Amino acid sequence: MDLVNALVALLNFVVIPATAYGAQLALGALGVTLIYGILRFSNFAHGDTMAFGAMATILVTWVLQGAGISFGPLPTALLALPVGIVAAAALLLATDKVVYRFYRRQRVTPVILVIVSMGVMFIYNGLVRFIIGPDDQSFGDGARFIINARQFRDMTGLSEPLAFKTSQGITIVTAVIVVAILFWFLNHTRTGKSMRAFSDNEDLALLSGINPDRVVKITWIIVAALATVAGVLYGLDKSFHPFTYFQLLLPVFAAAIVGGLGSPLGAIVGGFVIAYSEVTVTYAFKKVANYVLPENLEIDSLAQLLSTDYKFAVSFAILVIVLLFRPTGLFRGKAV
Amino acid sequence: MKKALLASAIAAVAGTGAFAQEDPINVGIIFGFTGPIESLTPPMADSAELAMNEVNEAGGILGGRMLEPVRADSTCIDSSAATAAAERLVTGDGVAAIVGADCSGVTGAVLANVAVPNGVVMISPSATSPALSAAEDNDLFFRTAPSDARQGEVLANILNDRGVSEVAVTYTNNDYGKGLADSFAQSFEELGGTITLSAPHEDGKADYSAEIGALSSAGGEVLAVFGYADQGGKGVIQSAIDTGAFDTFMMGDGMFADTLMNDLGQYMEGSFGAVPWTQGEGTEAFAEVAGAAGINPDSTFTRESYDAAALIALAMAAAGTTDANEWKGSVMDVANAPGEEILPGQLGRALEILAEGGDVDYVGATNVELVGPGEAAGTYREYTVEASDYETVQFR
Repeated sequence: MDLVNALVALLNFVVIPATAYGAQLALGALGVTLIYGILRFSNFAHGDTMAFGAMATILVTWVLQGAGISFGPLPTALLALPVGIVAAAALLLATDKVVYRFYRRQRVTPVILVIVSMGVMFIYNGLVRFIIGPDDQSFGDGARFIINARQFRDMTGLSEPLAFKTSQGITIVTAVIVVAILFWFLNHTRTGKSMRAFSDNEDLALLSGINPDRVVKITWIIVAALATVAGVLYGLDKSFHPFTYFQLLLPVFAAAIVGGLGSPLGAIVGGFVIAYSEVTVTYAFKKVANYVLPENLEIDSLAQLLSTDYKFAVSFAILVIVLLFRPTGLFRGKAV
Repeated sequence: MKKALLASAIAAVAGTGAFAQEDPINVGIIFGFTGPIESLTPPMADSAELAMNEVNEAGGILGGRMLEPVRADSTCIDSSAATAAAERLVTGDGVAAIVGADCSGVTGAVLANVAVPNGVVMISPSATSPALSAAEDNDLFFRTAPSDARQGEVLANILNDRGVSEVAVTYTNNDYGKGLADSFAQSFEELGGTITLSAPHEDGKADYSAEIGALSSAGGEVLAVFGYADQGGKGVIQSAIDTGAFDTFMMGDGMFADTLMNDLGQYMEGSFGAVPWTQGEGTEAFAEVAGAAGINPDSTFTRESYDAAALIALAMAAAGTTDANEWKGSVMDVANAPGEEILPGQLGRALEILAEGGDVDYVGATNVELVGPGEAAGTYREYTVEASDYETVQFR
């Protein structure tokens, strides 16, 4: 019984939250890595693109909720998602037309594009606050839990609770589906292949007749979809607050770089590495250990490797270590 | 006719020179309009401006000079940005006083880097860190919010009265959170309580499962949350509820917000906390004045903001000058007895009394009583969460 309790505690406080968080980071990092691979710059506006997509989705969700339309036990926001993606894609394409294309034609160095994207970030930042305000918005509905903590305790008689939120379940399932579609698209369709060719060698791709404008356009649309999905899932799981999306930028970039910028598979692995390291290294194993250990060996200390203060230091320490020993990231992306 | 009399009376008190000056007096309002508490600050600034408008409608101060509010962004967290903004207020706009700043960290920075070197009075409505009591301020710093040293004591007593002896603590990782957690720990341990783990959390982050994991493992009957209601504090509570780690929470003043009750109130039944509060005539008068101006009088620190701006105007009027070194001494005089009691909405009356050379005791929206180095003594409302709403238990 104690062993089961230990397992449940570990699942509840480490495995489930870290997996859901990792999936959100992975989706964000995929967008960053695609832009880096194909457009060749680090897009600092990505966090706020997520916020914009989520905001558009929320507005549509409210309209649907107002009209009395719901999605059964699933959150209504999933129905509104396609509209959010279209809005985000429109914004990104417009930005590309007005801002990025100008710099691309001048063939500026990537570092200038990075600075430009910071400017874009601040504009998106203001745009989102202007439309929906700086406040916290909650838009989740439907069933909140797949497994409820208290019910689980009552049902099993275990002393440890186990909670599995609907939003966590949706996050993981959606992430798997989105990633599967993306990989199929990149590996098996003509457009996907032309995108990979463009990423590998721009000049050769142009010579073989690939239309660069089309590749850029499709990249932005895919990025809009990824960013909106990540933003909405994150908002459903926690809550929508424009400020946190801005802060999300750091772990998302850490995930993309650890995995190897430009490598989609790396972005996914990077997201989970960052999420799991943040949670496990700072977890106090006291409770789990005391369930497993015999009574006379019980420990009083927290058995915590690092205090939670160092949570962010952990992800950045991993980032530094990876960059030192494998500058291209775990999956041989482009050197930074 | 009355106004003209009033103006000449003030001019007579203020002495010569003031009469000729008709240009407005700029007063800086430096709050975090962007950043972690950006949803709290607009009503705070509106309340401060409400007090200034009231003074202006009564004919201004120092011979009919109007108060002109100038807003600036403290960001709440970025000390260098706040310092730059305050510097601009002082050198660019030539403000005679500053209402603010809001968060304790940036307030300390603005005080040390801008207010003290330039000799400008600051009255903060919301910086509550105990460290500010001991700050080197040349008597230029006041606050209409009580220090957290007192709040820590109040919270420890609440727990003790409820028979809780073991708690886990999480605080927002800044001067406010750390100061409150420390003063709470000291008081609670003196009462014989145990703190199983005191873990900080960063605001605006994506995920708090690591913090909750550690806190839950450490255990405790109650989780004490000293953070912000629209930031990390809410994230931590949400995460604790979702994972079933804690059912009951004790909340510091930063956690008092209707949005928290709307979103999570139904899961927080029986949780409790404390928030600086006042009741009585002053509070009711403020509710009326603020309500008429379309400001939510129950929003956090709106009362304190109104009082901070009102004190600035009254102290300048009492001293008859905008020279900070001369009027900084008047702040305590107008705030405390003796004198006629002044409620919100009666600032015009206060100016009249001052013009006649009388004494005022500014009661304001929060029963202002400045003690020690110029900070509010403070009354706290102990509340319990019932049916997604705050139910008052008692005042301490």
